[in-house]
Amino acid sequence: MANKTKKILLETSDVIIENKEYLTELDAAIGDGDHGINLARGFKKLKEKLENETFTERNELFKLTAMTLISNVGGASGPLYGTAFLNISKVISDERLDLDDLVEIAEEAIAGIQKRGKAEAGEKTMLDTIIPAAESLKQSRDNNLDLETALNNCLETAAEGMKNTIEMQATKGRASYLGERSIGHQDPGATSAYLMIKTFITSYL
Amino acid sequence: MGKKLINDPDNVVSEMIEGIVMASHQRLEKLNDYNVVVRKDAPVEKVALVSGGGSGHEPAHAGYVGQGMLDAAVAGDVFTSPTPDAIFEAIKTVDSGNGVLLIIKNYTGDIMNFEMAAEMAEAEGIEVDHVVVNDDVAVEDSLYTTGRRGVAGTVFVHKIAGAKAAQGADLKEVKRSAEKVIKNVRTKGMAINPCQLPAAEKTTFSLAEDEMEMGIGIHGEPGTEKTKLKKVDQIVELLLDDILSDLEIKTNEKVTLMINGMGGTPLMELYIANRKANQLLKDKGIKIYKTYVGEFMTSLEMEGLSITILKLDDDLINLLEAESEINLL
Repeated sequence: MANKTKKILLETSDVIIENKEYLTELDAAIGDGDHGINLARGFKKLKEKLENETFTERNELFKLTAMTLISNVGGASGPLYGTAFLNISKVISDERLDLDDLVEIAEEAIAGIQKRGKAEAGEKTMLDTIIPAAESLKQSRDNNLDLETALNNCLETAAEGMKNTIEMQATKGRASYLGERSIGHQDPGATSAYLMIKTFITSYL
Repeated sequence: MGKKLINDPDNVVSEMIEGIVMASHQRLEKLNDYNVVVRKDAPVEKVALVSGGGSGHEPAHAGYVGQGMLDAAVAGDVFTSPTPDAIFEAIKTVDSGNGVLLIIKNYTGDIMNFEMAAEMAEAEGIEVDHVVVNDDVAVEDSLYTTGRRGVAGTVFVHKIAGAKAAQGADLKEVKRSAEKVIKNVRTKGMAINPCQLPAAEKTTFSLAEDEMEMGIGIHGEPGTEKTKLKKVDQIVELLLDDILSDLEIKTNEKVTLMINGMGGTPLMELYIANRKANQLLKDKGIKIYKTYVGEFMTSLEMEGLSITILKLDDDLINLLEAESEINLL
């Protein structure tokens, strides 16, 4: 299991590194234009560490991801994604994951981000991708959908959540300084969160 | 893509820190593996002051490390908060057992990373407290924003709190002095040309030949209002109006004035702005105790300026005048 998780985290790193310019461009419109640069720096470091070490348990992998992001990304996204991955490492097991597990993982990640960032849904942040995605997983679980359908629904909801940030006015983070001028731009944090969720899901399926 | 005098965008901060230390006449030291500048004689038997933030604001903050001001400055990547591990190393190095005050500019990332570092330090039994500087009147302080940004006024917090700590005050007293400055300092900035991050391919915002941006921060983030370019006297008047409507100053009260260049503004233009600022304050019956003109909190090569006003009382004047290795004038 650890090998597949390692592969997923490596693919996630590649996706973030490939989208460095795109994320930075989104951030330049409403923030300070470094989101892609910062995340790419962290994930580049993560890639090196993943490639040079062997792992037997999933939680080790997520802990390494957390610590690497916390100490290499900086900005707000370092502590936020770092704390999310740290929380995931606390609950993830090495068993085959079912929908109950995925819901728990998503909820823990959200709890970590909210503890650090003190944000809610609708404030034009990464949570606007992640919270609807988690809600979708919960619904699928309650409706007894199969894992594949649930993950596809989750991905679709995450994409909608990301796109919905275009119309939102930011009230947290640097974009909030723009007031109404933040409307009309897709949030870079919501976008990086979508890219991660997309990679997790497509690599998992 | 704009031209830069650099080697590799990935190494700008560490190479800069090495250069700063080499230019410090043996006063400063870089911590191994971290972009942290500390006083060479650290820890000093007193409350220690640690500040930091993204790079690109030089001389802030490494330029303010020295007797009478900061004990350590933590440099993040350009315009990016430093990470908790680096801040934690700085705290450990400068703590003499008398506690550490963190001076944080009000940015979401800075606060999160400094908070995480403070938690790590507290877990090791180090007494840590912090203040958050939020002097920028361009940003409305309301429930709907993250609050006002910390900008050039931070330099006065370093100076006053640094002087208080050097006098042997305890952590609570040093914090109180820092908070007094924060309560009485206001800044507003503007730009006529943006800046470009070393690792980015474009400038952070764009302005036409006849445009300017009012209410800019120090990270190349766009301001609150894009308008037609005006003459500098008019610009100074607009900036001062916003500052003075937020900071009540009675006739004959004393202030200190800072005209801060954003990195790409000639001193000539800063002095012209200063002329108008002095005239306007005098006309309003406000006493200028001291005027500072220069680059104190920059934003890479951004062309523009900010004006800072600190309202003074005798206590603040004494601390402002306290001896320091760092000469602000």
